[in-house]
Amino acid sequence: MRRLQAVLYRNRWLFSRRIVQLLIIAAFAVELAAGGYFAQGNLSSSVWFGIGLTDPYIWLQSLFAGAPLGKAALIGVVIVAVFYLLLGGRIYCSWVCPINLVTDLSYWLRQKLNIKSNYTLSKNLRVAILVLSLLLSLLSGTLAWETINPITLFQRELMWGSVAGATVLASIFLFDIFVTRRGWCSHICPVGAFYSELGRVGRLRVKATQAGACHGCAECIKVCPEPHVLAPVVSKKATYVTHGDCTRCGACLDQCSTGALAMNLSFKKTSAFKGIPVVSSD
Amino acid sequence: MADKTFVAAEIAEPERRKVFRKIFRQLGAATVITMFGKAVLDSRPARAASVLRPPGALPEPEFNAACIRCGLCVEACPYDILHLASWSDPAPTGTPYFVGRRDPCRMCPDIPCARACPTGALSPLLTDIKKADMGVAVLVGHETCLNYKGLTCSICVRVCPIIGEAISLKSIKNERGVLQIPTVDSSKCTGCGTCEKHCVLSEAAIRVLPRELGLGVEGAQSVGRW
Repeated sequence: MRRLQAVLYRNRWLFSRRIVQLLIIAAFAVELAAGGYFAQGNLSSSVWFGIGLTDPYIWLQSLFAGAPLGKAALIGVVIVAVFYLLLGGRIYCSWVCPINLVTDLSYWLRQKLNIKSNYTLSKNLRVAILVLSLLLSLLSGTLAWETINPITLFQRELMWGSVAGATVLASIFLFDIFVTRRGWCSHICPVGAFYSELGRVGRLRVKATQAGACHGCAECIKVCPEPHVLAPVVSKKATYVTHGDCTRCGACLDQCSTGALAMNLSFKKTSAFKGIPVVSSD
Repeated sequence: MADKTFVAAEIAEPERRKVFRKIFRQLGAATVITMFGKAVLDSRPARAASVLRPPGALPEPEFNAACIRCGLCVEACPYDILHLASWSDPAPTGTPYFVGRRDPCRMCPDIPCARACPTGALSPLLTDIKKADMGVAVLVGHETCLNYKGLTCSICVRVCPIIGEAISLKSIKNERGVLQIPTVDSSKCTGCGTCEKHCVLSEAAIRVLPRELGLGVEGAQSVGRW
């Protein structure tokens, strides 16, 4: 029993994340006894209990493609954008996106099979793809990324058993195992790049609560899907993870055995640095 | 002497050279990838004439830009006729369509699909389903249609939801005698596809086509007369 408790505790963020992700998939896919679903539509645009939510990135592509947008979509875009703007953009990546289940499985297998080969890709690649997708939407008058976006492809096709959807998902899976470590989510996907830019100032952040407790084992950096975001905190140059790339997945919190890290929501204007000198990284 | 300083000046700023080279390389890559991406997108199938858009759909180019592929219309349809196009379907990926021959639009008076659309790709301005323009029925098979053979099948006329108005029988006389020909009133037909669905032939003799394809468009073509 104590062991189980320990396992649960050591994976509290991971399990919470999985539960949220699966619940979101289920909300779209599992038909209620009374008929209908909790959520209608898909992650491009959905209706939850009568409230419409629309993905701002897809909305932006549509705008670039030359579409005037309906009021309903605009309200939905504002709700979603404000949520991620306030809390942190890439919460979408680790708590909502169904592809995260696939790429995390890839990463887990990669570790298990001890695959070391890694084709290094630039972090700027996904920003380039983001810009490219908007440019191509403008040039072609269609939603460029939506032609291949595995997130909505997953919901549109894979859930209903389609070969094309399975092929795309399988290629992402294999790419992440054999080609690049955290290849898709951390280097290629423009949705993540978009949310990273959107949620730059998000205030739900990983915080170094007790700087003295950290003994620098760097285990948190090893498990972090975007290790560069933690570096300033571990090297004690900052108390908060402020980088937009942080997905708030909580892997570092699960890993940290010293209690030096915490997830902290604070809308206070200035974050006072207590006891830790701020050294600029330049 | 002058030559020498020139060379020295160039070597003095190798950084600048490197930066320019990098910029040009990246611009080149961006141009090539954009052109390639555009070509790939352009070669994706456009909507085929055989698939129809839900009622209230904007003209195809605008629809393609405005539709965000969410599938709310698909879920709103009480008869489950709508589908989101998969990669292999003859319509831009993720956009909603139906095939009249398989399952025609039932023309719900409250138009739930268009009401569900968050972006206006299915126009909220369409309030009367009889004003919908999903296409227009055209009797394409003048050699196969049973009514042209002198029978009075007339199933298309009888199943039309706008009965007696959108398709009616008009008699014409030819060497076989008087024929009752199903005739579409293009101003009344909404293109729901019910006639196509019920045509008794193994391939329908009456089909719903996009309006410009089914009716042609008025105006002169420059190559028409030379």
